[in-house]
Amino acid sequence: MALLHISEPGQTAAPHQRKLAVGIDLGTTNSLVATVRSGRAETLPDTNGEHLLASVVRYRAGEAPLVGAEAKAATTTDPRNTVSSVKRFMGRGLADICKGCSCTDYDFADSDSSVPRIRTAGGDVSPVEISAEILKTLKYRAEASLGGEFTGAVITVPAYFDDAQRQATKDAAQLAGIPVLRLLNEPTAAAVAYGLDHGSEGVHVVYDLGGGTFDISILRLNRGVFEVMATAGNTALGGDDFDRIISQWLREQAGIDPQTVDVGQRRAMVQEACRAKEQLSEAETVLISLPLADGGCWTGSLDRAQLSVLMDPLIRQTLSACRRALRDADIDISEVEDVVMVGGSTRSLRVRELVGEFFQCQPKVNIDPDKVVAVGAAIQADILVGNKPDDDMLLLDVIPLSLGLETMGGLVEKIIPRNTTIPAARAQDFTTFKDGQTALAVHVVQGERELVDDCRSLARFVLRDIPPMVAGAARIRVTFQVDADGLLSVSAREETSGVESTVQVKPSYGLSDDEIVDMLQDSMAHAEGDVSVRMLREQQVEAKRILESLDAALREDGAILSENERAALDAAVVALREAEVGDDARHIKTAIQALNAASTEFAARRMDASIKGAMAGRKVEEFS
Amino acid sequence: MADLSSHFFHLFDLPVSFDVDAETLAARYRELQQIAHPDKFVGGTDAERRISVQMAARINEGFRTLKDPLARGRYLLELKGISLDDADTVLDGTFLMEQIELRESMGDVRDSADPHQALQQVSQDIAARKRQITDNMAHLLREDDLASLQQARDETRKLQFFRRLEEELDVLDEELAEF
Repeated sequence: MALLHISEPGQTAAPHQRKLAVGIDLGTTNSLVATVRSGRAETLPDTNGEHLLASVVRYRAGEAPLVGAEAKAATTTDPRNTVSSVKRFMGRGLADICKGCSCTDYDFADSDSSVPRIRTAGGDVSPVEISAEILKTLKYRAEASLGGEFTGAVITVPAYFDDAQRQATKDAAQLAGIPVLRLLNEPTAAAVAYGLDHGSEGVHVVYDLGGGTFDISILRLNRGVFEVMATAGNTALGGDDFDRIISQWLREQAGIDPQTVDVGQRRAMVQEACRAKEQLSEAETVLISLPLADGGCWTGSLDRAQLSVLMDPLIRQTLSACRRALRDADIDISEVEDVVMVGGSTRSLRVRELVGEFFQCQPKVNIDPDKVVAVGAAIQADILVGNKPDDDMLLLDVIPLSLGLETMGGLVEKIIPRNTTIPAARAQDFTTFKDGQTALAVHVVQGERELVDDCRSLARFVLRDIPPMVAGAARIRVTFQVDADGLLSVSAREETSGVESTVQVKPSYGLSDDEIVDMLQDSMAHAEGDVSVRMLREQQVEAKRILESLDAALREDGAILSENERAALDAAVVALREAEVGDDARHIKTAIQALNAASTEFAARRMDASIKGAMAGRKVEEFS
Repeated sequence: MADLSSHFFHLFDLPVSFDVDAETLAARYRELQQIAHPDKFVGGTDAERRISVQMAARINEGFRTLKDPLARGRYLLELKGISLDDADTVLDGTFLMEQIELRESMGDVRDSADPHQALQQVSQDIAARKRQITDNMAHLLREDDLASLQQARDETRKLQFFRRLEEELDVLDEELAEF
């Protein structure tokens, strides 16, 4: 990686200067990067003019991995080293992956880590690292196209992604060296791209069927505010599943014994199934040919009627989710203004037909269903970095799955129910079960089922040093906080003694911080420069960002601080300015933390003042 | 510390009352989130971002509470020092009979000639009763004497029963909808 320019201190860009920001759609089948240029959001092509990057990575011995079309070309010839649809593995343990029956395509390494690793010619790689390769490719493409480094990216995820899958996506971005402005739900991004806010108040549905995931979101739009009322879906249902079912049918028709099929042949059959499915959107019937083991070739045909028979059960599953989302949103079908179709799999005529029947309307397909998500992400990224200060667009999303705790008997106590608007914070009080109990195990789970074993285990931690008391006397408050990315942190506090314990939920199938640093180190070792240089640079950028932001805030509202408070804050600012010009990353980090602590009261007072100000301002308008 | 302690009516600048105009509430909600939401602090300091998450969560919680008659009733009673959980009165016999009857008709849905129609009927019955109870609550909560508030508490508890029935109805609906 060419190291990018670091501007000299004192030469930072003026605050009003346009910042570069991108939206990234990290898809199961294809990935894209988009940006807003001259007021238009557009996806960025590679040097060959291709906008879609195939989400396929091929590992080779002693060489850098290949990403995209080049890798995809080796899908059947070098199947073990060529990984596709890695999104389906994100945040998942090996047992989950095998349930999805795609684990037989790869050699999974035995390892101590809970994160599965695929054994390739380029070494053992985790899904996070594979995704990071895709992200890096998009990052270089964007930098080449924009002529510089970007401030940050909005990365989209399926709305139905759970905490572990979201965290894995964020980890991949970190590994790729991409600052994440926000994780954005794909259907919400699509709604933004459709510009549904302009003159289209009311209830809208986004039906998003991609290569490997399905989401349905129901949004209410009002004056630039996109309020997601409910979301439902399935993170293991998409076009891949259509292909698999069609290919199984083809294999049966051709009379091929499944036992004799190797990985390469299986993939060839799936490719043929995919081609047939796509062509049937135009043709009434398509010819199929499958190579046979004896060197011969089976030929047959597939028509639309048969395709419907194969696909309908899967499409019905998506409609079931639509029904649930409508119920959760408390919305009747008659209230829905329109249905927007997103994701490559909505090109299928049968999908459009059944969705149209269900919602009793003609689904909207105006924007390229492959590009719409990246475009929406780019629009939000542009707003988040402050390029459109007067835009009042605001996205209020929800968590897709309930968050809870394990209680006695392996039961789940839900703390934050599904479809709660984020950010969200909720606390629940618990007590000790035995006399003299000094520790409490906290097990955080996500899911709708009542038994812990049926939900996804997110994290475990122990609150220790509770003073011994009789059973039931301790008051332990467990607080869940979900941020705007849908990521959870949990804290537990014994109220009578003040003993406290906090975890940023690192999912059970997630990477530990150490593992990420190791991976970073590894990737740097491959001629990409020095990890310490990168760390220093990251801290300097962060310091600069904070100083600029605080400077602006102080100019605006510095008056709300007393002289002493101002002096303390100024001292922390000076300390950071001094640290920032040095070359000690840790020193800068410490100074950043100190400044953050010193500015907390100021930030809180500003928040209160602006809330009061808004209410007062409204009153004046009302009476005038 | 940002002011996370003031009660929801104050936060939304609404009179402390069960009668909340849904449109005004929604408009205030959007106004508050335009100020506090983390999307407005992406370039901010960690301190600003942390406070923004806390405040936005508080606003979301307030909106959820004030929007829903059951949550709003419960919250308002708590502000007035009356908790739903330590009710010493037993709900009247007529109400309990009605609950039993509704449960029976729910039980019959599956075996009826047209389950969807039957389900719709039960659902409408429940909705009508909920409206009545909500009206009663509004009326009682306008009074400030203890007797009225205690009656309001009982009405709120009744509403809770209906909420549970509705949840079970949703499960039933989901089961009937399985293709």
